[in-house]
Amino acid sequence: MITVGIDIGSITAKCVVLEDTRILGYKISRVKPNLEVTAKEILAETLSFVGLKREDVGRIVATGYGRNMVDFADKKITEISCHAAGACFLISNAGTVIDIGGQDSKVIAVENGKVLDFVMNDKCAAGTGRFIEVMAAALNLRIEDVGSLAVKATKKLKISSTCTVFAETEVVSYISSGEKVENIIAGVCDAIAGRIIAMANRVGIRREVVLTGGVAKNLGVKRAIEERLGFPVIVPEEPQIAGALGAAVLGQKA
Amino acid sequence: MKRLRISEKMRELMTGYYMAGMQAECNAWITSGAPVELLHALDVYPVYPENHGALIGATKLGGYYCEFAEKNGFSRDLCSYARCDIGCVFAGTSPIGGLPKPTFLFACNNICNTVVKWYEVLSRIFKVPLFVLDMPFIRKELKDCHLRYVEEQLYDFISFAERVTDRKLDDAKLRDVVLKSMESVELYSECLRTAANKPSPMTCFDAFVNMAPIVCLRGTDHAISFYKEMKQELDERVKEGVSAIEREEIRLLWDNIPVWYRLKWFGEFFEKRNACLVADTYTNAWSGFKVSRGEDVLSGMAEVYTVSYLNIGMEMTAEIINKLIDLYDVDGVVMHSNRSCKPYSFGQYEIQKKLSVPSVIIEADMVDERVFSEAQVVTRLEAFLEML
Repeated sequence: MITVGIDIGSITAKCVVLEDTRILGYKISRVKPNLEVTAKEILAETLSFVGLKREDVGRIVATGYGRNMVDFADKKITEISCHAAGACFLISNAGTVIDIGGQDSKVIAVENGKVLDFVMNDKCAAGTGRFIEVMAAALNLRIEDVGSLAVKATKKLKISSTCTVFAETEVVSYISSGEKVENIIAGVCDAIAGRIIAMANRVGIRREVVLTGGVAKNLGVKRAIEERLGFPVIVPEEPQIAGALGAAVLGQKA
Repeated sequence: MKRLRISEKMRELMTGYYMAGMQAECNAWITSGAPVELLHALDVYPVYPENHGALIGATKLGGYYCEFAEKNGFSRDLCSYARCDIGCVFAGTSPIGGLPKPTFLFACNNICNTVVKWYEVLSRIFKVPLFVLDMPFIRKELKDCHLRYVEEQLYDFISFAERVTDRKLDDAKLRDVVLKSMESVELYSECLRTAANKPSPMTCFDAFVNMAPIVCLRGTDHAISFYKEMKQELDERVKEGVSAIEREEIRLLWDNIPVWYRLKWFGEFFEKRNACLVADTYTNAWSGFKVSRGEDVLSGMAEVYTVSYLNIGMEMTAEIINKLIDLYDVDGVVMHSNRSCKPYSFGQYEIQKKLSVPSVIIEADMVDERVFSEAQVVTRLEAFLEML
């Protein structure tokens, strides 16, 4: 059966088309203010990309914080269950899924694709993709360049504020005191890693640890997490689609 | 959700209670965990700012009244019961026209230490005397020295209240009030325990709505007859197999003070997903008032009030929650991390680890609707139900 998973996140929308256990194709787009339009557009775009029509699709599952705005979905499942299913589909021996999205981050303890326990960030942007976006803007960096620049750092500057707004002030003061951009951004990545690991310790960390969500593409954050864990984490080829993929996977079962 | 008929009666009873307060010759503002029996025995009308706070929260005006306190310099991080109560004093009104001016104030810190400062503020505003009953925190075990310390203060309080009111405490009357208190608590507990039935005839939302009499009127005949009637209605439901919600598939326990401005919303959210919050730790906290008959009344009261739910260590708290989990046979616990109530929310992440069933933590506030983030709460709760 062909299923579609649509993940409407806070910053990006993701859509995956799955035939049984084979990924036919996926798309990622920026979320527009109108979530319904965003969902319709990304569905149309992805289907035309894989050369399928709406009638070919057996089931559509929506997830992400905008899931309830996807009226045409057959089912809505939270991003917790979907990220767990998606990560385990990609990495079958996953024990912990760390998802760092645009406005929330979560750590999920999993076993065979099932959620055992989970914890999410408090209502605060620290430890999320938005945190990096704000800091990148303060440093005049493109978000794509943050990771590669962070790994060139010779030291990690400490960002002590957990609040995004105050952390930005710290970043600005580092800039004005002449600190190198790579050392500042490495500090930003480490601050995120610190928040994430503190959260992960609440549910307990079991290997393998899979990193998903847009921020998983950031090498600086990945390295900082690995340093704190003391062992490597696995980042799937396209970590950003794990939620949408999981939705499509759960659509096969539902 | 099938509403209980008794809720209508509760409304009448509490309206009468608030009206009586306006006419009372002598009243004391009192914290929810203080030994109110002493006031009843002296015919001092008890005024509960916390109940008033809950009422303001339920009318969704918490933020509005809190701002009156915030404008006067009170931090938004303070308890929202305190903020909206002090806010109403500054505003000179409230949804029920404000509380009657106190004759004196009676704060007991067995529920939190905010009440001490809160009541000091009230004492300065109203220029009336304040008595603080200081409770030692019981980390592990209750000792004789704790009880002696509290008991002596109860005697001090009696002298204080007698002096302020120019009345004399009658021992026989106190004993009578205490017996009534125990009887109403027993009936109230029986009501809560009917939720152990499957399906449950009531939800914790019914308990929240109908808890006002046990807080404000225990020790009076009103509370006794109210909970007798409530018990009858619940027993009828149990006999006829009537479920509080449409379809009970998942049974849950609620921890912490309710989110007063979202009671209906939470109720519908869970019912839609066939989950029933059958019980909660908050209303169960009033079910422990037991003084043995032969015992000296004051030493009995000292004990009961010292080991109140929020005045004990984390180990004991977890033990109590686990007992409730067994008693009500629930599948999971929904923990409200309440921005206002620090002693109640402190340690929830640790307590979680000690519980025998899965749990989830949501962040909100009991009265201040400005901090409620619906999307975040929905995702956590839905994911939790999917997990169960």
